[in-house]
Amino acid sequence: MMKRLFTYLLAGILIAGILPASFAQDRNAGETLIRNATVLTITRGTLANTDVHLRNGKIVGIGKSLKAAADARVIDGTGKYVMPGIVDCHSHSMLDTINEGSMSVTSMARTRDVLNPNDVDLYRELAGGVTTLNLLHGSANAIGGLNTVVKIKFGRPMEEFLFPGAMPGIKFALGENPKRSSFQPQPGQQRRYPATRMGVEEVIRDAFTRARDYQKTWAEYRAGVSRREKNLVAPRRDLQLEPLVEVLEGKRFVHAHCYRADEILMLINVANEFGFKIKTFQHTLEGYKVAKEIAQHGAGASIFADNWSYKIEAYDAIPYNAAIMTRAGVNVSINSDSDERARRLNIEAAKAVRYGDLSEEEALKTITWNPAWQLGIQDRVGSIEIGKDADVVIWNGHPLSVYSRVDTTFIDGQIFFDREQDLARRADFQKERAALEAAEPNRPPAGGASPRTPRGRRPSHDDDLGKGDMGEGDQP
Amino acid sequence: MKNSENRKQKTESRRQKTEGRRQKAEGRKKSRLSLLITWILVLAGLGSAQQIGNPTTQSGVTPPRGIYAITNARIVTVSGPEISNGTVVIRDGRIEAVGSNVSVPAGARTIDARGLSVYPGMIDAGTSLGLVEVGQGASGTVDLQEVGDLNPNAKAIVAVNPHSAHIGVTRVDGVTSALSLPVGGLISGQGAFINLLGTSPAEMAVVPYAALVINYPRTSAGGGPFGGAQAETNLTEALAAANRQVEQIRKQLREAEAYGRAQDAYGKDKTLPRPAQNVVLEALVPYVRGERPVIFRADREIDMRGAIKFAEEMKLKPIILGGDDSAKIVGLLKEKNVPVILTGIWHLPIREDDFYDSLYENAAKLQQAGVRFCISTGDSGPNVRNLPFYAGMAAAFGLPKAEALKAVTLYPAQIMNLGDRLGSIEVGKMANLVVTDGDLLETRTHVRHLFIDGREVPLTSRHTELNDAFKNRK
Repeated sequence: MMKRLFTYLLAGILIAGILPASFAQDRNAGETLIRNATVLTITRGTLANTDVHLRNGKIVGIGKSLKAAADARVIDGTGKYVMPGIVDCHSHSMLDTINEGSMSVTSMARTRDVLNPNDVDLYRELAGGVTTLNLLHGSANAIGGLNTVVKIKFGRPMEEFLFPGAMPGIKFALGENPKRSSFQPQPGQQRRYPATRMGVEEVIRDAFTRARDYQKTWAEYRAGVSRREKNLVAPRRDLQLEPLVEVLEGKRFVHAHCYRADEILMLINVANEFGFKIKTFQHTLEGYKVAKEIAQHGAGASIFADNWSYKIEAYDAIPYNAAIMTRAGVNVSINSDSDERARRLNIEAAKAVRYGDLSEEEALKTITWNPAWQLGIQDRVGSIEIGKDADVVIWNGHPLSVYSRVDTTFIDGQIFFDREQDLARRADFQKERAALEAAEPNRPPAGGASPRTPRGRRPSHDDDLGKGDMGEGDQP
Repeated sequence: MKNSENRKQKTESRRQKTEGRRQKAEGRKKSRLSLLITWILVLAGLGSAQQIGNPTTQSGVTPPRGIYAITNARIVTVSGPEISNGTVVIRDGRIEAVGSNVSVPAGARTIDARGLSVYPGMIDAGTSLGLVEVGQGASGTVDLQEVGDLNPNAKAIVAVNPHSAHIGVTRVDGVTSALSLPVGGLISGQGAFINLLGTSPAEMAVVPYAALVINYPRTSAGGGPFGGAQAETNLTEALAAANRQVEQIRKQLREAEAYGRAQDAYGKDKTLPRPAQNVVLEALVPYVRGERPVIFRADREIDMRGAIKFAEEMKLKPIILGGDDSAKIVGLLKEKNVPVILTGIWHLPIREDDFYDSLYENAAKLQQAGVRFCISTGDSGPNVRNLPFYAGMAAAFGLPKAEALKAVTLYPAQIMNLGDRLGSIEVGKMANLVVTDGDLLETRTHVRHLFIDGREVPLTSRHTELNDAFKNRK
């Protein structure tokens, strides 16, 4: 007995030593009770003076005077607001590269292969209450690469980020970016096809025509196998067309970058013709001009709150877009497409109240339940309901107020950001930095001056300010 | 000596012109194919120009000044105590009366502001409003940056487009004035302090030549794991490169000083040789004499220190624009009384190990240290309307709410030496007022009435008009 206890203890010490003392993470408490907070459930209204009980990664209780185990973490939520973790339906955080820009159809390229779990911007996003990201390929191609949906489990191994059960998706792009209108070919370099919106339509039509043939070839082969025919040769696998077959079969969501009303209508027509659905239009700046058609198709729209005029295609963008499309019955989410903006999506959502008078609940929905629906994870996250994942955020004031900030961010019931813990660690970090700076190998070459600032891992993907670069990143 | 310098300057400008002609001649030699491509681009440009020329946002008539009484309002004066229920009277462009016992003058149009609040209009002192309409895809609308490094004579007021859709979109959200600044090079040009209303730059101008903009040379060692545009160099080389650029600026400012002295001397004694006129140096004279402020764009500690030292050496009146690292040099800023126009509240922290809120709380740190500062979006135009939310974010991270409000009203006015004319609700000040249904800095708040220069401004913009045009499409 004693021996076994000793073994456990030893194992515990070893594990504690091996695991990185990562940011804002508390792995001890599997149970948390947030007491007496204002709970913005999103789907069931706002509940005053209410407790929220998190256990084993799920929300297990919402109500008054809830009881938790004796060793549960108890947080006094008096005066605070609890809302579901924010879902950002358009992000390029973690991506070491964003565009496979060499061809017009790159459905064989996967964002999953270039994810960096140590991207510090992830922590900054957690500090803004974001818990889930739709990591999208760039918009350099009519049919781009495959997306990855992650929970921001910063400090955990990459595999733990992947959102289990999220619908796989693919990026499409229409208009100015896939036709490379801002891209100057190098001398001797040929211009990539297509160069017009006509060509963009043709590229998509051609790809789905090939995909349908490919689908048929496999269907015939499988039929042959089931009839036990002899001398069958399996068709050659085509990694470019496989994802498109999944789109045709409703097994993969299409997230289509677009700006102008005409290109939105174009894709709806092509999709109807081939019998697939577009799950989201991304950016959709002129969506308000064709809200009816988007609603009829059943697509969602994932948009900026108020960005405009950064390029000619964005000149008709208006901040009333969210309200007009919502009123027309479109599922609207507000996204960041920027490591910077992702940290304050609460303010972006509040703009839908300012412009177009969405209700506060409708506005909050644009960064929670709606984007969750757009990613097929609305049964897991996006609202505070019993049985859903314990991805919840405690704010020190109403999250739609510009004066509010995040106190604590939970994912699967574990803390991944906590302001108090963050503040408490700062003195140590500063000491550590000072010691490193003073260390001999880090002395600056020209005595006295501060050491040079390393460049960012990659350029910040901040397109609306024109900082995104068309090679590595892309313009939204 | 001075004349020879002038001659040198002239020779230099002649050389530049010759260079320009040579390049043009080369351009003519280009193949027909590229000419064709150029024409296609030109035609494409015309197409976009038509889109930009959308008349919906333009008005040929500036609303008249009148007599207005905003009654039953909560009045947030900013400079004095808040009045919970009072009246503001506007006449001939000025605030004539403010208080809880103010009577409505005869002939006044009365606005019953029961349940509403009156604030001074917001001011963004770090924009390029009116100098660019669409950055990408419509290069003809971009007037931000002149060719070459030294352009003290590039004047924003000359190119500010009063009919830019950005102007209307910005003002209906409560930003009533802005400093519009050229960018780039070493000496970018002169900024204009404008009201966001008017059918001509002259009507908009509050101070047409408000500040000189110096893009303080950045000490950048480049490099990093994935490289980038800049080759990796060591810090010694980076410092040397920056110093060479500073020397270019110093040389031109010294020339302007000498030019000013020569002109003065000739003005007093016409028997002296007449110094040649030089519009470039002429433009710099008020700045080198400390009569007008010089804005230094700088974010990093090393560059801000350099800028402050340089300003002291040259006896300039410096303002820092940017200031991401300013919390690290609050002592110096306070000691030298250098104000900061903070543009980076929403920037990502500079270094990977910077605390997540290091720039959110920058304003609070400056305020606690007693440094003069104001908050700006630093945006070229389209997003200037977000100004109140920048200030609100600073308030979420330690800046007292009243200070956040001052940081976008009274403080920018004071920093631009307009504290006696703008930035608060006081008798005699310019009637730039915003009437809201809530806290001015809150995102959920709506602007209900707007006055600029004592003129009631309709709350319409390109965006409200597109909204009206499409919101009922069935």
